[in-house]
Amino acid sequence: MSGEIQKFYYDNKIVKMFAYATGIWGIVGMLVGLLVAFQIYFPALNFNLEYTTFGRTRPLHTNAVIFAFVGNGIFTGVYYSLQRLLKTRMWSDKLSMINFWGWQLIIVSAAITLLAGFTTGKEYAELEWPIDIAIAGIWVVFGWNMFATILTRRERHLYVAIWFFIATFVTVAVLHIVNSFELPVSFMKSYSWYAGVQDALVQWWYGHNAVAFFLTTPYLGLMYYFLPKAAQRPVYSYKLSIIHFWALIFLYIWAGPHHLLYTSLPEWAQTLGVVFSVMLIAPSWGGMINGLLTLRGAWDKVRDSAVLKFFVVAVTAYGMATFEGPMLSLKSVNAISHYTDWTVGHVHIGALGWNGFLTFGMMYWLIPRMFNTKLYSEKLANVHFWIGTIGILVYAVPLYFAGFTQYLMWQEFTPDGFLAYPNFLETVTQIIPMYVTRSIGGTLYLIGALVMFYNIVKTIKAGDFIANEAAEAPALEKAFIPKLGEYWHRPIERKPIQLLIFALIVILIGGAVEMVPTFLIKSNVPTIEAVKPYTPLELQGRDIYIKEGCYNCHSQMIRPFRHEVERYGDYSKSGEFVYDHPFQWGSKRTGPDLAREGSKKLRKSHSWHFNHMENPQSMSPGSIMPNYPWLLKKDIDIESTPAKIRAMQTLGVPYEDGYDAKAIDELKAQAIEIETKLKEEGIKHADANKEIIALIAYLQRLGTDVEK
Amino acid sequence: MESIIGIEIYPIISLVLFFSFFVGLLIWVARTKKEYINHLENLPLED
Repeated sequence: MSGEIQKFYYDNKIVKMFAYATGIWGIVGMLVGLLVAFQIYFPALNFNLEYTTFGRTRPLHTNAVIFAFVGNGIFTGVYYSLQRLLKTRMWSDKLSMINFWGWQLIIVSAAITLLAGFTTGKEYAELEWPIDIAIAGIWVVFGWNMFATILTRRERHLYVAIWFFIATFVTVAVLHIVNSFELPVSFMKSYSWYAGVQDALVQWWYGHNAVAFFLTTPYLGLMYYFLPKAAQRPVYSYKLSIIHFWALIFLYIWAGPHHLLYTSLPEWAQTLGVVFSVMLIAPSWGGMINGLLTLRGAWDKVRDSAVLKFFVVAVTAYGMATFEGPMLSLKSVNAISHYTDWTVGHVHIGALGWNGFLTFGMMYWLIPRMFNTKLYSEKLANVHFWIGTIGILVYAVPLYFAGFTQYLMWQEFTPDGFLAYPNFLETVTQIIPMYVTRSIGGTLYLIGALVMFYNIVKTIKAGDFIANEAAEAPALEKAFIPKLGEYWHRPIERKPIQLLIFALIVILIGGAVEMVPTFLIKSNVPTIEAVKPYTPLELQGRDIYIKEGCYNCHSQMIRPFRHEVERYGDYSKSGEFVYDHPFQWGSKRTGPDLAREGSKKLRKSHSWHFNHMENPQSMSPGSIMPNYPWLLKKDIDIESTPAKIRAMQTLGVPYEDGYDAKAIDELKAQAIEIETKLKEEGIKHADANKEIIALIAYLQRLGTDVEK
Repeated sequence: MESIIGIEIYPIISLVLFFSFFVGLLIWVARTKKEYINHLENLPLED
């Protein structure tokens, strides 16, 4: 590489913009997190308003932290490191700006629409179809800018961090597109293309790999860049990084079904998920070891550097979470953890420890450099570190207790063979002290972040921003002659497009092996003759259930355990969900399972539901469920019914031809029936036009088909 | 497709492909020259 020396400038402005966005959205995401943590044990904080109720604020929290905080963190780190690793400015400042403003616009529209109740009802993929299209567009802009930069680089070899960025780009694109297949019914309303078991498989293939390829691989790329920078020494083993890169992306893509253990997902798919999840521990720990051992012989630096402290805890949290993950994938362990707060504790070790602390370390390192100054206060950074670390522990430990406690109570039988705690609510009130402690942990963590915010603002004020940082490097020779005897892997590292294609093949195979048989082979989803499509009123009720985010606290999936069958009725069969676009199995039981809510065993009166939705405490004293008074006031969107029926027909739901024309009449007839019954039961102000009527129809339908 | 019978061939093909890929990768990594790795691992420290 002996081309002429060229002068050029790194673009720090875009890095600065993304860093600011990371900080601001981080605080917002954590604040909303704190709100939901308080709401869970203090229902008055739902404010009796639809826009501020848990079913909508919880998706806002998860989306804000994942896509706004970590998303902007990814762009900050990538835009800084990519330019320097490739010795060139980003290919197009214009594309960088479109990437930035486009992403912020998506975040704002996500926040507004989630609170307004527009949701697909699929966790971490709640955003409706117009926003999904915008995300795909901006993601392409990011990839385009990144690839064009790679193709105009001055360094022939691609450092391992860039491999992680490339794998992130291509896999997130595939995940987002496949999981977002939905049929628009109107502007801001769509139905998932898939139903029931298949929808669940696609969703958790996506959900798990959002963790893998949005929260993990890009951050591993950042770790491989910023940790050696901060420690001023190369990574412990570059060879290990090559092996763990390929192993990680290959194994991760198979692991999704571990979110569906003991559900009606075919057994073979669950087993594949378990096996690959267990194997994942090897490459994950390869990454952790590589990160921690980079500090070999430099541990004394950790004492003096807040940045390194943050990195050490981040990588340790990564190691803990990726040990815990495979353990949680073992069926016997999952039987305990699934639907409990153990899972919530687990993900927060990852989010607060790994993503949060790596981001904080990166900010403390980057900002002073870009502003040509020193950090305003190393002492405050250390304060932040300790408050944050204690915050993580105070957050997570109570949730582990909560998870175990609740599971033990769920599954306990009396010597006479009855459930020891037949009332689900008892198992909730028992763990409220743990919820209170968790919110204290969250508060500490947020205080730490605010200390950082102050420290960074002071640093910025003291510094002088270098918008364009001068650099020079020799031009890359056009014609590269490979040395004789070069082995097969080496050319891949020089050729980004080939690397992208290889990574794409590696991730597609795992997804295809799990999905194609589940979609194509009939024996995987045995049909049940008695299961029929929802009536128009029930369909509207189901859409209200989705809109209010009921799935955030209620599952609809009874596992084949004695205690669950005793509590909720017969375990769920895959054939029961064939008309569920989208599936609503849920992943957490803050309230009881609802899969058979309308069955003989669990059925309540219409008036019970009416009163319970208006004020849950009136029916279940001590309940932590929010009030839903607006359901009694808002009219059912009756006019949308024909379009919804037609959309369902397109998706293969067997309504008879021309049913859309009479759907409204049937809806009204069923609504009047429920109104009459409610009045008989003493609810004089019941009104057939209101949303509550549709929701009651839906809840009373659940689990009744198979009893016929 | 009516059943799962005969599907084994696909996982077997995948296994063979990936096993070979990772064995090849290990051999390549083991045989890679020190100075090449040195160049790569120092890339973040150069600026």
